[in-house]
Amino acid sequence: MLSRTADHLYWMARYIERAENVARMLDVNYRMSMVPQADGNLDAGWGATLSIIGLEDAFREKHEAPTMEAVLDFMVFDASNATSILSCLRMARENAHAVRGTITSEMWETTNDTWLKMRDYPRWKLAGSEIGEFFEWVKFRSHLSRGVTLGTMLRDEAFHFTRMGTFLERADATARFIDVKYHMLVEGSAPPDAAVDYYQWSALLRSVSAFEVYRKVYRDMITPVKVAELLILNDQMPRSLRTSLIEVYENLRAVSNHRTQETERRAGELQASLKFGRIEDVFARGLHEYLTQFIVRVNDLGNRISDDFLVPMTSN
Amino acid sequence: MENVSSIYNEMNGADGSVRDHYAGYRKWLSETPPEHIARKRAEADLVFHRVGITFAVYGEESGKERLIPFDVVPRIIPAQEWKKLAAGLRQRVKALNMFLHDVYHDQDIIKAGKLPEEQILSNSQYRPEMQGVDVPGGIYAHIAGVDVVRAGEGEFYVLEDNLRVPSGVSYMLEDRRMMMRLFPELFSRYRVAPVEHYPDMLLTNLRAVAPTGIVDPTVAVLTPGAYNSAYFEHAFLAQQMGVELVEGQDLFVSDEHLYMRTTQGPQRVDVIYRRIDDDFLDPLAFRPDSMLGVPGLLQVYRAGHVTLANAIGTGVADDKSIYPYVPDMIRFYLGEEPLLNNVPTYMCRKKDDLAYVLAHLDELVVKETHGAGGYGMLIGPRASRDEIESFRQRIIAAPGQYIAQPTLALSACPTFVDEGIAPRHIDLRPFVLSGKDINMVPGGLTRVALREGSLVVNSSQGGGTKDTWILEV
Repeated sequence: MLSRTADHLYWMARYIERAENVARMLDVNYRMSMVPQADGNLDAGWGATLSIIGLEDAFREKHEAPTMEAVLDFMVFDASNATSILSCLRMARENAHAVRGTITSEMWETTNDTWLKMRDYPRWKLAGSEIGEFFEWVKFRSHLSRGVTLGTMLRDEAFHFTRMGTFLERADATARFIDVKYHMLVEGSAPPDAAVDYYQWSALLRSVSAFEVYRKVYRDMITPVKVAELLILNDQMPRSLRTSLIEVYENLRAVSNHRTQETERRAGELQASLKFGRIEDVFARGLHEYLTQFIVRVNDLGNRISDDFLVPMTSN
Repeated sequence: MENVSSIYNEMNGADGSVRDHYAGYRKWLSETPPEHIARKRAEADLVFHRVGITFAVYGEESGKERLIPFDVVPRIIPAQEWKKLAAGLRQRVKALNMFLHDVYHDQDIIKAGKLPEEQILSNSQYRPEMQGVDVPGGIYAHIAGVDVVRAGEGEFYVLEDNLRVPSGVSYMLEDRRMMMRLFPELFSRYRVAPVEHYPDMLLTNLRAVAPTGIVDPTVAVLTPGAYNSAYFEHAFLAQQMGVELVEGQDLFVSDEHLYMRTTQGPQRVDVIYRRIDDDFLDPLAFRPDSMLGVPGLLQVYRAGHVTLANAIGTGVADDKSIYPYVPDMIRFYLGEEPLLNNVPTYMCRKKDDLAYVLAHLDELVVKETHGAGGYGMLIGPRASRDEIESFRQRIIAAPGQYIAQPTLALSACPTFVDEGIAPRHIDLRPFVLSGKDINMVPGGLTRVALREGSLVVNSSQGGGTKDTWILEV
């Protein structure tokens, strides 16, 4: 298929997944803000959300304190912020528009409809009790979009590039989720409070739809190490790093060509390190360092995929 | 002003009676509650928006898209009438292709004195690069979108031949899909000839004109990109034919062949259905500032290693100054009398014609030979005395640049408007495909001028579309 077409498909999927992850990230903060905690911690949570996506500086240019209202406005509706949900859904739609001849009409209609609704979404709704409903809506549009992809798309190259985009984006996002929450939860200065701890950990799990999963897998109380193990190494947990890398690797292999040996090798190596890794070793090395390294390797894969198959990012 | 009673109404006769082929529809309309139709019209709007059947409007904020209004009253043409129309279209397109071949080869028609040489050689649409180039099957205009209007019973006139990159066929197909979705019950009352196989027919035609020796040709649709006003149609046709939709940046020339950049490396392309004007096709040969084309494409084309549909240089045959000669072309190349009418055209460069035009400016439509889109046009019956006088001076100063035609009374078809159902002027654009044979699906795009009294059916100026029904019996 055309390199440009593959590029649009890959980015379409990445932007949809990104919109979902931004919604999840904001949602978990919103949930945590309802747990009673010391004053000042509230804004710290919103500030941490911005730093995990590397947008603290951009935010400070427009706003002062990271209050809930300011962060939501910046991360949901701000068209000048390329990572806002509005921007992600617009970019997803523009990429889909450019390849509407390649994707199924259901996929196009879903993406277009999501964008039209987002564009016209009334801002006042985010000030009140309907905020949770909005995040649900974004997540479900993303579910729908993946469902339509799985349910209607021919299992050809177009499909593999779309899936690759989804899972590379997810690997990156889940790693950042764990990193920031782990920082806040474990390395925070507040004195341990069993009740707050429980709610915060369960909020993190819920943010990646893993609360019930955790119970099923461990049948045990919630501990940081087990949460990290579930979200990093578990191959049955659909948003874990391991599952994401399995998908990236399999889809990459399905489209391999004579130029891609090294990219495949690196994806395989990263996947194998998750397969054979132990959570004790991860913690011994330092979770933050581990995750930082992981994010660098995922970005490297993204760049290599662009160079091997797509429209190289350097030419953009 | 036009005389309303003299306008041919597609549904009703002059005495108010319903024409036979509309009787079933009229009955259905009277039996169907208005709320039902109102609901269906709203549904159509919603679906068109969701599906994104839109066109971009130039000059507005980039990426802005509008719907082309869709009218739910079909334009119905009886089988017998279509049969005559179709035969006339075949004849006309066949002669136009022979003319193009002749222009770019021996120019017999000039030698025979049927057409003045300077009319061709000084025409801005004439491409000297094409002189002596052989194209597969001698076909130049693979896709023609001939604009036809009706002035009276069985009386069709060709307005324009549109041999460059005619658009609108996707609306023909989507309008049908929409009508079948909204009013399936109508299709059991009427035997409407299907049009859905158009993309198949187009693909067959394109494959048939591949360079000689290519057994399994690769076809691609070349678009200027997602911001072009007709991008929806480009994507739609590529998808329906199952071929790649490419932009100039996806293609490159190497070793006198054309390739596209794919995830598996370069792949040869044999046939390009291009939706880009000649000027933008190849920056090395035509406009050097074009970012839309492919450097070196003309060279590959002249070497016969790729087929372009339509060919380069077809504009010389659909120009306003050439239009008056089409009936003579039909006689010259086919030895037949034309089946379809040309609008009588006065060529001001001829002395007698000029005298007639100057004496009848208040009745005629005067056009610049190279003008387009209604620019530089005088509509005599609607112009003021001053406008007529100033135009008179311009014509006298440069008679060769003007033609004049009588004002046609375009037929009207009942259409939903704010006040209910009222007649509005329409035209028809059937799409004629030339490959091994000449083919067309029974139908075309009916455009309707939604403003009362308006004769302008262009979508950029408030025109809408209707489903066109050719009846099978």
